[in-house]
Amino acid sequence: MTSASTNDIEFRSVAKRYGAVTAVSDINLEVPRGAFMALLGPSGCGKTTCLRMIGGFEQPSEGTVFISGEPMNGVAAYRRPVNMVFQHYALFPHLDVEQNVSYGLRQMRPRIASAEISRRAQEALEMVRLGGFGKRRIHEMSGGQQQRVALARAIVNKPKVLLLDEPLAALDKKLRTAMQIELQTLQRELGITFVLVTHDQEEALSMSDFVCVMNAGRIVQVGPPQEIYDRPASLFVADFVGKTNRIDATVDGASSLVLANGARFATPAVNGTKGAATVALRPEAIRLTRNGAASADALAGTVTHRIFLGSAVEYSVAVDGLGDFLVTADRRTLGDSELVEPGEKVGLAFDPNALHVFPA
Amino acid sequence: MRAFISSVYLFLYAPIALVVLFSFNAGRNASEFTGFSTAWYGKALGNTFLVSALQNSLLIAFTSATLAAIFGTMAALGMERLAPRNRAIFDALFAAAIVVPGVVIGIATLVALVAVFSFINPALATIWPGDQPPQLGLGYGSIIAAHGLFSMALVTMIVKARIASLGRDIVEASSDLYATPLTTFRLIVLPQILPSILAGFLLAFTFSFDDFIIAFFVAGSKTTLPIYVFASIRRGVTPEINAIATLVLVASLLLILTARILMREKKTKSGE
Repeated sequence: MTSASTNDIEFRSVAKRYGAVTAVSDINLEVPRGAFMALLGPSGCGKTTCLRMIGGFEQPSEGTVFISGEPMNGVAAYRRPVNMVFQHYALFPHLDVEQNVSYGLRQMRPRIASAEISRRAQEALEMVRLGGFGKRRIHEMSGGQQQRVALARAIVNKPKVLLLDEPLAALDKKLRTAMQIELQTLQRELGITFVLVTHDQEEALSMSDFVCVMNAGRIVQVGPPQEIYDRPASLFVADFVGKTNRIDATVDGASSLVLANGARFATPAVNGTKGAATVALRPEAIRLTRNGAASADALAGTVTHRIFLGSAVEYSVAVDGLGDFLVTADRRTLGDSELVEPGEKVGLAFDPNALHVFPA
Repeated sequence: MRAFISSVYLFLYAPIALVVLFSFNAGRNASEFTGFSTAWYGKALGNTFLVSALQNSLLIAFTSATLAAIFGTMAALGMERLAPRNRAIFDALFAAAIVVPGVVIGIATLVALVAVFSFINPALATIWPGDQPPQLGLGYGSIIAAHGLFSMALVTMIVKARIASLGRDIVEASSDLYATPLTTFRLIVLPQILPSILAGFLLAFTFSFDDFIIAFFVAGSKTTLPIYVFASIRRGVTPEINAIATLVLVASLLLILTARILMREKKTKSGE
């Protein structure tokens, strides 16, 4: 058990049930102080339930949530040292921007002098680059600006933990990327622990220090983004985080892998799996070779589609007996003349260590 | 088709227009217009029976509408916290209360009140220490109770619609920002639902002020304005009655218009 001073959030054997329906179960999670943690998973996986249990909007049916080492069972939302940025911002429509931002400070006891409140509200608005917008009405602000108001309203209170519930979901792609960078910068500057809920794997990987992948009410893997991507703990994680090719195979002996088309590979990464298995292979781990002939470590196939993405090219390659493969080629390692045309016969080469083997 | 529609509106509004027109009639005769005059208004307001009926009506309307606004809002807030199935039951009960005919409400309230009084009055007499035990009877209280109950259903429906459009997340946001439930109600919920409470109050007021049927059953010896008008009409329609009717019409229209503006303004705001 880690001490209270290093973890801002801790879930111990937490479960949440609604009647007969189990939303989450067996949740054990630690979020170190000052870390940026992303809860990632498909909708309905229980990530929002976990966030709401930190915020105090739901109480666990079993187990305990700790904030800075303090057990939070039965502690109401308004007594918790955390603030939340809601998915649809939940700004107060009858108050102006500054009144929204200073709302939390006004509730604090002992009271804060009103000059101090407006100074801190201004500071928070400037931090989200909304200085001078204080007197605006909420409905006069664009979606992106409302998002910043919601952020300012939360960080102005200097919470121990900032909770973000799909905060970027309603923004368009350009704005979303800008906000991702801004959130990351803000988190570093403030040193506040962030817990972000998202179903967008790109968002989770790009912003956070740790990713907690959830599925069907359970945590399936926790780790730094790179580890999640490079060493997925299950087929679900491999599939959900990034793109992946799934190949039916059989594990034959200690480290020999036979793909469904009979190709045999020696790989050390069988994870103790025996018998029928599913193999995951990242599209960018595959190199296309022009000569077509299957060498020792390669499969043979025919390019069926080419999707030009600008910085990269995606190919769909039909491999006999294994179905369609997705292959991503980086433009830097590939001159323009080397773009493969649909219909061409190609070889698919990869390092056998890039194969992730899971029980079927 | 156009002629048909025109005749429908003619039948609807021509009698009302005539009432307004003849309230300004200089002569007594209700069948010929002999000149413009506001004399009947002066005469109506100089009639002590009429003025006391008007005062009764205003007192009853104000009290019942205030009670309806308070309890209706409380009911709407409480129903928000019910489980969906129970809430549907209460929804149906409130909706039913609004469509029950006034005659039925009138009779039912009268029967219920009389039964309660016949039980309570003897009981009061036995425990009362003095010689003159109070006698509960029909009057202000019974009209206010009957109107208040009916209007409460009205207020509840209006306020509930507004609460539903509020969404839970601003309440949660307030709670997240350290506001106790009471503070959240005061600073966030109340300002948002206040226009709908006021609209409910005004509709309740209008209903009570205009109601004849229910009041007629439970009024006892008290006279409200509609009861006075009904009673005096047996002595023939005078321009004085027209003047009263016109005043009631204008007051009711203004109240309902205000209520509609209050309800509409909030709807467009929440849509943004």
